[in-house]
Amino acid sequence: MLQLVLFNLFNGLIIGAFYVLTALGLSMILNLSNVINFAHGNFLALGGYFAYVLIPFIGFWPSLVISPLLVAVLGYIVERTMIRRIYGRDPIYSLLLTFGLAFMIQDGCRYIWGVNGLPLTTPASISQPLSQEFFFLTGYRVFVVGIVIVAVAGLFAFLRYSRMGMRIRAGVLDLETVSALGINVRLLRSLNFAFGIFLAGLAGVLAGGQIGLNPNMGDDLLLPSFVAIIVGGMGSLVGTLLGGLLIGVAAAITTIFYASASQAVIYVIMAIVLLVRPRGLLGEEGMQ
Amino acid sequence: MVQGKPSGRLGRRGVLKAGAALGAIGAVQVTSPFIVKALGDQPFKIGFIDPLTGSLSLLAVSEVQGAHYAVDEINAKGGIAGRQVQLFVEDSANDVGTGVEKIRELIDKDHVDVTMGDVNSGIAYAISQVATEKGVLHIVPGGHTDPITGKDCAWNVFRICNTTSMDANAISSILIKKFGKRWYFITPDYAYGHTLQAAFVRNLEKAGGTYEAELLPIANSDFSASLIKARAYKPDVLLNNMGGLAQIDCMKQFVQFGMAKEMALGGALFECEEVVAVPAAAQAGWWDMEWWWDQPGVPYVKEFATGIVDRFKKPCSARHWFGYVSIYSVKLAVEKAKSTKAIDLARALEGMELPPEVALQPGKVYYRAGDHELMPNIFAGEVHTPPANDPYNFFNVAALVPGDQAQPLAETGCHMTYPT
Amino acid sequence: MSGTTRALSLAPLAGRPRLVLAAIWVVLITAPFWMPFVGGYTALGSRILVIGLAAMALNFLVGFTGVVSFGHAAYFGLGVYGAGMILRYVAPSTPLAVIAGIVLGGVVGSAVGALICRRRGIYFALVTIAFEEVFYYIAYKWDSVTGGFDGLRGFQRQPIDLGAFTLNIQKGDLAFYYFVLVVFAIVVGVMGFILRSPFGRTLLAIRENERRARFLGIPVDRHIWLAFTISSFCIAAAGALYALLNNFADPSSLYTDLSGELVIMCVLGGMRSFWGPLLGAAVFEVLQDYISGITINWLFFIGLIFVLVVMFFPRGLLGVLRRRSAA
Repeated sequence: MLQLVLFNLFNGLIIGAFYVLTALGLSMILNLSNVINFAHGNFLALGGYFAYVLIPFIGFWPSLVISPLLVAVLGYIVERTMIRRIYGRDPIYSLLLTFGLAFMIQDGCRYIWGVNGLPLTTPASISQPLSQEFFFLTGYRVFVVGIVIVAVAGLFAFLRYSRMGMRIRAGVLDLETVSALGINVRLLRSLNFAFGIFLAGLAGVLAGGQIGLNPNMGDDLLLPSFVAIIVGGMGSLVGTLLGGLLIGVAAAITTIFYASASQAVIYVIMAIVLLVRPRGLLGEEGMQ
Repeated sequence: MVQGKPSGRLGRRGVLKAGAALGAIGAVQVTSPFIVKALGDQPFKIGFIDPLTGSLSLLAVSEVQGAHYAVDEINAKGGIAGRQVQLFVEDSANDVGTGVEKIRELIDKDHVDVTMGDVNSGIAYAISQVATEKGVLHIVPGGHTDPITGKDCAWNVFRICNTTSMDANAISSILIKKFGKRWYFITPDYAYGHTLQAAFVRNLEKAGGTYEAELLPIANSDFSASLIKARAYKPDVLLNNMGGLAQIDCMKQFVQFGMAKEMALGGALFECEEVVAVPAAAQAGWWDMEWWWDQPGVPYVKEFATGIVDRFKKPCSARHWFGYVSIYSVKLAVEKAKSTKAIDLARALEGMELPPEVALQPGKVYYRAGDHELMPNIFAGEVHTPPANDPYNFFNVAALVPGDQAQPLAETGCHMTYPT
Repeated sequence: MSGTTRALSLAPLAGRPRLVLAAIWVVLITAPFWMPFVGGYTALGSRILVIGLAAMALNFLVGFTGVVSFGHAAYFGLGVYGAGMILRYVAPSTPLAVIAGIVLGGVVGSAVGALICRRRGIYFALVTIAFEEVFYYIAYKWDSVTGGFDGLRGFQRQPIDLGAFTLNIQKGDLAFYYFVLVVFAIVVGVMGFILRSPFGRTLLAIRENERRARFLGIPVDRHIWLAFTISSFCIAAAGALYALLNNFADPSSLYTDLSGELVIMCVLGGMRSFWGPLLGAAVFEVLQDYISGITINWLFFIGLIFVLVVMFFPRGLLGVLRRRSAA
C-alpha cells in the first residue's frame, strides 16, 4: 500500500509537471495581455507535431529546442496579425478569437498529420526503466521532470534578472506607466506571447514522447492548466506552479481509490475553489 | 476545446462522384433474363451511414470500402434482381444527432430501399430505431453493443459483427487453458466496458478463477497507476479492454514497463487497422479477430483478400468483410424473397446460410432467426510483429470458435416481435 | 442611424419594420414547402429550429447580458435527458416530457447560476465548463438510469391528444415540424417579451457598462442570475425538443463541443441581434453540409470564418446586413 501511495504521489508530480509547464505559459499571456488563450493546447500539439517532423532530420535533442522555437515564431505572428487588433475591445473577443483559432489549428493538425495517433520516437537511452524495484520510473519520466525544473527555473530567472523580464513584470502591474516610460509595449506583448507559446511547444514535445501525438492532445492539458491558474491564483506565477502540482497530485491520489473519477476530480476542485476562495492560493483579492 | 469532434463528412456529392467512377470500372453488364423487367431501370438504393470522421474513422472507412467492393462485384454481374445497386454513403461524424439526420435524409429524400450502419453503437441504436419507425430493413455491420440483437432486438434489424459476449467467450477458454485463471482487467468505465468485463468474468468464474479490475475513463492516456496495481496482483493474464488510442497507450506502457515478461496480455478485440498503427513492441497479445484474411485452403478467401489489398492498399480486415457481407446479404435476401419489402427481406434473412463465396470461412455461417445475429466463426489467436516481407501477416489463429456456441440464444434476452 | 446609436439601441427590434418580423415568420411557417427546392427536407428544418432555439437561448446570456457561458450545453442536455427519461420510464406523454425537460434543465441551471453569478470573465466561463464536465460525467457514469455512453434509447415521441384530433407527431415529419415551430414560437415569444421589458433593458445596461449599472443601484449579480436562469429554461426547452427529434438522448448533447458550437452560431449570426443566432445556426448547419462535401476539413474553415467574423465583423452576419441597409 505504501508503495502504491508513494508511486502515485510521484506520478502525480510528473503529471503536475506537465500542467505546470502549460499553465505557466498560459499564465504569462494572461497576466500581461489579459488574453485568455483557448488555443494554447493546440500550440502545444503543434510543438509535438513539429518535433515529429524535425526528429528524423536533426534528432531528438535539437528538436527539443527548435520545435518550441518554431511554434513560438508562429505564436508571434498570430499575436501581431490577429490578437493585436482586439486588445482594445471587450475581453469577450479575445476569448472568442482564440477559441476560433483553436478550431483552426486543431483541424489543421488533423489535416496534415491525420486523425490517428502518431508515435514520437524518443532516444532509447532515456526510455528504459531505471530500476526493477521502481520499474515505473522510466528514464523518460525523470527526464521530463528534469526539463520542467530547468524550464521553470529559467523562466523565473529570466523574469527576475533580465531587462525584458523586468519590463514584463512591471507591465503586469501597470502597463500604462511602462508605456509612458517609453518602452515599446506592443513589442513587449508580442514577445511575451511568443514566450508563453514557447513553453506550450516544449510541453508538447515532452507530452508527445510520453503519450504519443494526436490532434486532441492539447485539450487534456488545457482545462487542467486553467484550473491550475485558478487554484494557484491569477496573477501569481508561483501560485500557478503550486496549483499545477496540487491538481496533478490530487488526480493521481484519486486514481488509487476511485480511478474513473480521476479526470472529473480536477473540475470538482476548481468548482470548490471558485466558490469558496476565488482568488486561489496566492492570488490577489478583487481580480475576479 | 474540441475534444474528439469529427471533421467533415462525405456528402452525396462525393458519393455520386465515387459511384460514377466505380460504375465505370464495373461496366460489364450481364443482363439477367428472368427478373422483373419493369423495375430494371430503377437502381436499387442502399444507404450506408458510418463515422467517416472522428475517432472511429479507420474502422468505418474499411467497412465502406468492403461495401463498395461488393457493390462493384454485384453490379458487374447484373445487380440485384436485375437492378443496378447505388450506394449512398453518409458520414455520421460520430454524433447521434447527425446520424439520425442522415438516415432520415436517406429514407425521406433519397428513398433508399435498405439502410446500414453504424460502427458507433449508440448511433447504430438510434438510426436502427428510425429504420424501424419507417419500416426499412437495417443491417448493422460493425456496432458491437449487445442489446441491438439482445433485449432491444427488432424485426427489421440484423447484425453482422459479434456481440461483446461472443467475443469474450471465444478468447476466454484459450486464455484459461494457456495461461491460467488469475486475471487483471483494465476496463473503460462505460456500458461497453462493463458488458465486456462481465462476459469475461462469467467465463472466468465458471472455471473457478479469480480477478481484480480497474475501471478507467474512456480516453485515459496514462496507465502507470493501474499497471503498478496489476503488477502487485501478479495475474496470469492482463486483460486490456480499452479501445482506440487508450488501448494502444495501455499496451505501449505495458511493454515499456517490462511487464510482458511477467504476465500474458489479452482481451477481446484488437482490430487490424489498429495493429498496423502501433509500434512493433505493442503488436502482441491474445485476441479475437472477427474475420481473418489468411485462411489457407478455404476457397474464395484469397481472391477477396488480394482484391481488397490491391485496391485499397491496406490489410484486409474484418471490417472490410462486414461491409462486403452486408451488401451481399441484401442481394441474397432479395433473391430469396423475390420481393423488396422489408418484412419479406427480414423473413428471408432469418436462418439464411451464407454461401461460401460470401461467408469466406469454413463451417455454417448463418443469421440466427431468434435474434438476427450472424453466426460466423470467431478467430482467436495471437498477434505478433509481422515478418518484414509480409507486413500484413501479424496474427496466428489458434482456434476457430463457432458463433452460436459462443453465445446461446437463451442468453441474449431477445424477444422478437413482428408488425401485424 | 449612426453606428453608436444602433449599438446602444435598447429594444432588439427597434427601427426594424414589423414587416421583417412578419417575413421571418412566413419563411418559418412555409419552410416545409420551399425547402425541398433548395435541397433541404422537413426533418432538417426541424433540426435547425431546435438548434437555433438553443443558440438564441444562449444568446440571451451572451449577446444581451454580456456574460459568456461555455458550458451551457449542460442545461440543453439536461432537457434532452429529462424528456427522454419521462418517455422511457414514466409515461408516454409528449407534453409531460417537454415540461419535464424544461424543468430539469431550468432548475439545475438556476441552481448553478446562483452559485456562480458573482464571478466574471474567465472565472465565469471556466466554472460553467466545470459544471458541464460534472454533468457529462454523471450522464455517462450513471448508466443504469441514463443509458451511459451509449445513450438512452427505447422511447419515442408520442402523438398528442388535443381532444378534437390527435396530432400524430410520431409518424409524419410535417406534423412534428409544426409542433416544434409552436414550441419555438412560445419560447421565443417569452424571450422577446422579457427583453423588451424594463428587466430586459437593465440587462442591456449591464452588458454595456457593468460598473455604471452598479452605481445606478442595479443589483447586478441578481440580474445575471436571473438571466442565467431564463436562458437555462429556454435552452432546456430546445433540449427537450431535441430528444423528441432524435428519439434518443446521449451524453454528447451535454458536451463542451456543443457549447462551443452554439457560441459560434451566436457570433456568426450576430450576438447583438435577437434573430441572429437562428441565422447563425442555419448557416452553420448548411455550411457544415456544403463545405464538408468539398473538403473533409470543414472545421478549419468554420474556424477561419469565425475568426474573421470576430476580427472584422463583430456584429456578425446580421450586423453586416444591417450596415448595408443603412448605407
